[in-house]
Amino acid sequence: MKFTLSWLKEHLETDASLDQIVEALTRIGLEVESVDDPGKKLSGFTIAYVISAEQHPNADRLRVCMVNTGDGGAPVQVVCGAPNARTGMKSVFSPPGTYIPGKDITIGKGVIRGVESSGMLCSGRELEVSEDHDGILDLPADAPLGAKYADWAGISDPVIEINLTPNRPDATGVFGIARDLAAAGLGKLRDHGIMPIRGNGACPVSVTLDFEGDDRALCPAFALRLVRGVKNGPSPEWMQKRLRAIGLRPINALVDITNYMTFDRARPLHVFDAAKVKGMLSVRRAKDSESLLALDGRTYTFDSSVVIIADENGPESIGGIMGGEHSGCDENTTDVLIESALWDPTNIAQSGRKLGINTDARYRFERGVDPAFTLPGIELATKLVMDLCGGTPSEVTLAGSIPEKDRIVEFPISEVKRLTGLDVPFAEMKAILGALGFWVSGNPPVVKVAVPSWRPDIEGKADIVEEIVRIVGVDNVPLVPIIRVDEVHKPVLTLLQNRVRAARRALAARGLVEAVTWSFVTKKAAELFGGGQPALALANPIAADLSDMRPSLMPGLVMGSQRNADRGFADHALFEVGQVFRGDGERDQRFNAAGLRRGLAASEGTGRHWSGSAEADLYDVKADVMATLTALNVPVGGLQIVAASAVPGAPAFLHPGRAAILRFGPKDVIGWFGELHPRAIEALGAEGRIVAFEITLDSLPAPKKKATKVKARLALSDLQPVSRDFAFVVDQKVEAETIIRLARGIDKTLVEDVSVFDLYAGKGIDPGKVSIGLAVTLQPREKTLTDQEIEAFSAKLVGEITAKTGAVLRG
Amino acid sequence: MSDLTSLETQLLGEIASAANEDALEAVRVAALGKKGSVSALLATLGGMAPEERKNFGAAVNAVKDRVSEALAARKGVLKDAALDSRLAAERVDVTLPLRESGIEAGRIHPISQVMDELTAIFADLGFAVAEGPDIESDDLNFTKLNFPPHHPAREMHDTFFFSPDEKGERKLLRTHTSPVQVRTMLAQKPPIRVICPGRTYRCDSDQTHTPMFHQVEGLVIDKSASMGQMKWVLEEFCKAFFEVPSVKMRFRPSFFPFTEPSMEVDIQCSRKGGEIRFGEGEDWLEILGCGMVHPNVLRNCGLDPDAVQGYAWGMGIDRIAMLKYGMPDLRPFFEADIRWLKHYGFRPLDLPSLAGGLSA
Repeated sequence: MKFTLSWLKEHLETDASLDQIVEALTRIGLEVESVDDPGKKLSGFTIAYVISAEQHPNADRLRVCMVNTGDGGAPVQVVCGAPNARTGMKSVFSPPGTYIPGKDITIGKGVIRGVESSGMLCSGRELEVSEDHDGILDLPADAPLGAKYADWAGISDPVIEINLTPNRPDATGVFGIARDLAAAGLGKLRDHGIMPIRGNGACPVSVTLDFEGDDRALCPAFALRLVRGVKNGPSPEWMQKRLRAIGLRPINALVDITNYMTFDRARPLHVFDAAKVKGMLSVRRAKDSESLLALDGRTYTFDSSVVIIADENGPESIGGIMGGEHSGCDENTTDVLIESALWDPTNIAQSGRKLGINTDARYRFERGVDPAFTLPGIELATKLVMDLCGGTPSEVTLAGSIPEKDRIVEFPISEVKRLTGLDVPFAEMKAILGALGFWVSGNPPVVKVAVPSWRPDIEGKADIVEEIVRIVGVDNVPLVPIIRVDEVHKPVLTLLQNRVRAARRALAARGLVEAVTWSFVTKKAAELFGGGQPALALANPIAADLSDMRPSLMPGLVMGSQRNADRGFADHALFEVGQVFRGDGERDQRFNAAGLRRGLAASEGTGRHWSGSAEADLYDVKADVMATLTALNVPVGGLQIVAASAVPGAPAFLHPGRAAILRFGPKDVIGWFGELHPRAIEALGAEGRIVAFEITLDSLPAPKKKATKVKARLALSDLQPVSRDFAFVVDQKVEAETIIRLARGIDKTLVEDVSVFDLYAGKGIDPGKVSIGLAVTLQPREKTLTDQEIEAFSAKLVGEITAKTGAVLRG
Repeated sequence: MSDLTSLETQLLGEIASAANEDALEAVRVAALGKKGSVSALLATLGGMAPEERKNFGAAVNAVKDRVSEALAARKGVLKDAALDSRLAAERVDVTLPLRESGIEAGRIHPISQVMDELTAIFADLGFAVAEGPDIESDDLNFTKLNFPPHHPAREMHDTFFFSPDEKGERKLLRTHTSPVQVRTMLAQKPPIRVICPGRTYRCDSDQTHTPMFHQVEGLVIDKSASMGQMKWVLEEFCKAFFEVPSVKMRFRPSFFPFTEPSMEVDIQCSRKGGEIRFGEGEDWLEILGCGMVHPNVLRNCGLDPDAVQGYAWGMGIDRIAMLKYGMPDLRPFFEADIRWLKHYGFRPLDLPSLAGGLSA
């Protein structure tokens, strides 16, 4: 919403400065977005008289002018290059030290080709008041010498733009803004008093509102009046200036009056050229596929949701949104029909959106136009028409009726203190509400507050509190510390919240860098990772590649990884901890932790290095997962790490031989790790080898609940542990886990640890076989083991492993 | 006797000149070994007269003692020398560069870091952290929050929608984390103190808007919650978060459907050389929106607006991260660019706490 200072002052009698007004507007909730003050910008430019203009002695194209600047001082010598500089003209002068906006320079005193120059005569372009730069401004002879050019030219009126919140339709008019400022103590609201204008005979065009039942709310009232014998020329200069200042293009007086009323009084109107209206007007729902060439030169086709005004020709206007080209007013209009109607805000909003029309009328009607101003509006418009265009008005015909809704709020005045903490005397409350147009009756503690018709946003007590506090000033509300609990705070985070935080720190500590990627991915990527259901596809994605909610963090990470590789950073480790979507239900969202390593980004470090440069492999991401599970205090006793190839229905995006599923049981899968399938990488538009993992944090078992914080008792043995090494040659298909479990199973109390200390395949080992070196640590509990006992254990272990796995003890 | 003296002189000389432990051992064997020169002299004692044996024996044993002592001393010297020379040969280049270890290379995204900072501050004020789904119903995202159907305020939200289900209801991506406030009020009786951080979505993209962003909202419901308290909480928060001794804030009346009265809050700052500093300067920077929870919202959540009252606020996590840590542009937050993440990210053990300080 834009307006000029002089426009505001037509409604507000005030001595306040522009700065004070701007400050007050923001303070009371009409946030000032910008102030354009051309008068201030051009304050250095005055009207001057050129006493003489003579040829410069040293330059053909320059003139030496003696200028009377009107300040009472001696004439000033100015060197000027304008071809139109001549003796006896009036132009615009700026003294040294003036900032020239059109040139972005500040002029100084100078010597031009040997002649002193003390200022400048200016062109329209130098002042940024026109595009003209053929010469200096050539003003009429009666332009007042020494006056500020901007004041004389009428361009010094500051333009204020406020950022209006949707709850304040009353402030879509300058009058409403003036009322708020008056309430805030910035001046006195001028009461212009709108008198009904006596009509000469009935309005010859009748109006019917063709609605049944609830539809009647679409247009509760429609007032119409004919003014005969108007002369529709350009509107007067003062009106054109105001309209231009707020960015509107003056058309002709009748149209300008409707625009002026829209911004002055928040009352959109429409004018029809009566000569072009055929028969009576009917307000009704449009018929399907009816269309109208509107005033913006575009043709709109309707359906029955749009309310139109039609005559015998068909649609003439889109109700409350935009008029039609055919019945519009132009310079030939002699009889004009003025419409002042009420429309349903919801319907206007929907129709406007559907048709893609944004007009100043729609903007106001969808927020709510003051119903009580429907008839005063048409009277004021009639007066303007008669003042500017002449003519004889008919009486007003009103179809429907003006809704009269008495809105009274029972207001306990203690609400102000309760909700804000602010102490406001009742008299002050009453004064503020009165100035805003509310009517307060009754005596405290509970008063009745009648809401003015122009404030549809006021519903209840809290709204009244807001009115009072915004005028008193929110800054005056005293700060009150909240009550702190008088004990040490209990923890506030849930297990999952703690795990999300810990997972991030654990993965970062392993050298991975946290990314945050979009929650939406391409449909193809979603499908690749088990998503892509219709319920998870956005109906209005912002881009085709951000169309489906992600089922996994992996597509975003892989694509991010590829962008890094494309930039020349191929060796990197990324992770993300974030939400994924299995369905659109509120329980279908999960928190996953996922990471990837690419190129030379192994656990030991990233990039080529003198100590060895390993490409990241499955074991690096396995380590990432295991470290995370440990950091999250997940009881991993029952965790199974199963080769993806051994799991029916394992994800197709995994390398069949180099990936594993993590689970606590066949139905209790918590994630996976390993190499991504080359086809999946390619499908995501990436290339190269990527190892990765993803686990679902919600699926991880909680730590065992214990009655106390006491840790299990530590039983240390004084007896030395014994370690024995074994090397088995075994078929490569036999998993290490099988052998380790067999070794542990020989004597669960005796075997303290089983580790694989060597792994060898190659020369000396048959193809398809592998040599596994097993270190078994035995911890005697009661007495030192004898050689015979150790021998017996070893023999049993070898026997068990060779029998169960086909392994052979290496010699 | 002079033989004995010269033997001793010779042996001590040989000991002194032994170049290494092997040579020294040879000297020892030659002197004190079974067939060594000193041992040979001792072996002759058996054939001597008692008086002579006594004198000579004492002299030989004295020589033996001195030689043994010299051997031990020399052995010590040689051992030290050998160790020194071995260690001298064991030099490595201590300047060889290492790769960054995990704890040096890893980074936490600024959004996660700021969420942890927010949690630290508000946990101290007794706030829990509430979360909810990103895919929301129209009811929880709008209707319960007092957005009338078709109201222009809904349009301001540029909502992402899903296709309507068989009942004609269409879900949406939450445009703010306010539905989490609603969920909290529906699930929990007052007093309530929660913050609701999370991802939010609007169908909007330019220099300062991304279709996905992060918000944190706060909600307090009890019998004493007031605008004055809210102002105190927000001012304390801003001081704590931006880690400045004082801030100046400006509360402007504004409009949100779900609060009444509503305010937008600006924070005073200076912008010298493109760097924003709080607690000084003359500029105002919009930082959050807030207000008293609208009576309709309380009613929609089963609470009596005459019995309890509350306030709520919301701000962009990405935005306050940018303000505090100086990222100039929002979009790189979500581009996974390793260079950006390394530069603006935080070290793994930079754990924000009020005891230790929010940021290093």
